[in-house]
Amino acid sequence: MIGEKVALRGLRKSYAGITAVERLSLDIEAGEFVSILGPSGSGKTTLLTMIAGFEYPDEGTISVGERNITRVVPNKRGIGMVFQRYALFPHLTVADNIAFPLKMRRQPGGDIKTNVAAALELVQLSNFAMRYPHELSGGQQQRVAVARALVFRPPVLLMDEPLGALDKKLRESMQFEIKALQQNLGVTVVYVTHDQEEALTMSDRVAVMAGGNLVQIGSPRDLYEYPRNSFVADFIGKMNFVPGRIVGFDKDETVVRASPGGLLRLKGSTAGARLEQSVQLAFRPERARLVPKDQARPDAFEGTVAASMFVGSHQMYVIDLIEGTRPVHIQAEAGSATRFSIGDKVDVMPDRAHLAVFPQAEVR
Amino acid sequence: MEQFSLAIPDKAIASGGSAKFLSRGAAVSLLLPLAFLLAIGFIYPLLQLAKISLFNPEFSLDSYRRLASEPLYLLVLLRTFLVAFCVMALCLLGGYPVAFAMSRLKGRYAALVAACVLIPLWTSVLIRSYAWIVLLQRNGIINSALLDSGFISEPLKLIYTEGAVVVAMAHVLMPFMILPLFSTLRSIPKDLAHAAFNLGAGPFVAFVRITLPLSTPGIFAGCVMTFILAIGFYITPTLVGGPGSMMIATLIGQQTTVLLDWSFAAALSTVLLVITLALVVVFRKVISLNKGFNGVN
Repeated sequence: MIGEKVALRGLRKSYAGITAVERLSLDIEAGEFVSILGPSGSGKTTLLTMIAGFEYPDEGTISVGERNITRVVPNKRGIGMVFQRYALFPHLTVADNIAFPLKMRRQPGGDIKTNVAAALELVQLSNFAMRYPHELSGGQQQRVAVARALVFRPPVLLMDEPLGALDKKLRESMQFEIKALQQNLGVTVVYVTHDQEEALTMSDRVAVMAGGNLVQIGSPRDLYEYPRNSFVADFIGKMNFVPGRIVGFDKDETVVRASPGGLLRLKGSTAGARLEQSVQLAFRPERARLVPKDQARPDAFEGTVAASMFVGSHQMYVIDLIEGTRPVHIQAEAGSATRFSIGDKVDVMPDRAHLAVFPQAEVR
Repeated sequence: MEQFSLAIPDKAIASGGSAKFLSRGAAVSLLLPLAFLLAIGFIYPLLQLAKISLFNPEFSLDSYRRLASEPLYLLVLLRTFLVAFCVMALCLLGGYPVAFAMSRLKGRYAALVAACVLIPLWTSVLIRSYAWIVLLQRNGIINSALLDSGFISEPLKLIYTEGAVVVAMAHVLMPFMILPLFSTLRSIPKDLAHAAFNLGAGPFVAFVRITLPLSTPGIFAGCVMTFILAIGFYITPTLVGGPGSMMIATLIGQQTTVLLDWSFAAALSTVLLVITLALVVVFRKVISLNKGFNGVN
């Protein structure tokens, strides 16, 4: 295993008075695959740029292994990086591109040959050594970029939205390849992306960033099942929000009256929740059932089917609740016996175990 | 950056010939006015030039023979190319750092440097050449400054030398080097320098291995522009250069306006044109041998 741990401590960076990264600390284990996920402008690229050394932080430290590299120039850091647009040298052949970091390290010619050949083998491009980058497809260029970044066996590999320029099919197979490669070599990967699906599929842990802050870090499952706030809930996967008001606390349950009707009892008390507080109830499309409106149900929202979409693996219904609230999406098995048509009156029954509540103010 | 090349590159023809967008007839009719203008304003005079050099009034190669047999004329020709080469080299050495800086600057500073490069271009060559006389003459600014500071006791002979011609011409032609260089340097993705650093190259190595080779198209364009313009330069060498540093344009001027030997002037012009074209072809060949540039830009 070539990976080493990465420690970011109190990193801060601002450009002309605008804060890009705000006192951010993050520990990454050796050999771990961590994604930095966030919308554009969240500071994720700035963070990566600081680890690579193209920018120095205003405050805080960066270390790899036991080495503090906060003020080390980028060419002495020995960190591999795959750039968003690959950044292959267009005037050099594939082999020369991959040999570049080895030449910079003054490896003897014979070693360079062997290492380049091995790297090409690793990304299955042995037959393309003498080609120029512009003669390759996007996916092949991507693989050359990965080979070049790994050929000098760096302890850490940074990837800046490396799959953004590829089409969906290719992206998925590259995700798989990169992940397999990372696990084989045991390199620590910091992977920046705005694609939550990509982050969830590939990562050991995902760090969600917003407005220069680390909002939540955890395993993909943690983030999906237990988002800490409505931003993460909304950003990761599909989430339905229904407004409501806290009307009571009963033993270890919080009772919320939803605006579209329905009195819902949530397990556990929400920290800092007050009586009469406006809240947002949140649940995933697959964590609710749709039933025909045939009897009064106190723990359901009333609604009307506004749209029904066949998505292959399942059927997605869009349900209009009362006016002024966002419609909710409910996912049903494709083979489900009960089918609903547009205009049907229905009851939406969220699964109580997976119903979350967030303070109103936080919802954008 | 191709707009600075003299020959239309094959690629441009291939993509320009997209008949789906423009029918062949329409494309030709769009080109006709310019083709017509070129034919009567450029090609016809050129043919006339060749004709005058060969028929006086009967066919004879006398003018060419005279040119070849008289060492003085060959010397002028040689000096012209030497001076043009020096001007080109000086422009490259002085212009590259400026173009490089321009390509890295942003916003207000970039505009400021661009203005400094462009404004001289809009000033008359005559004025700029006279400015050099003011600077370089016997009791000019440079000489008096050096005398006053005690570095020299006698004024230096600065003006009316080949050195003066080279410096003044390089100044006049500098924008023609800087602009194509700038456009090429700017088109090199910034990522490439970052990638080079990331892979272990220091700033100097990254420049020599990545930026410099990738800017060759701009170097070529700038060199061809300045060299060719320098060969045909008339005003600056006439004003700043002395009789001992005569260049071919001045010689041709003398032949046409003072000695009225049009046939010989035409022969000189034709030889100049042929040699220039040959140099461009050779230059282009050398550059295109260097593979991989097709992929840039």
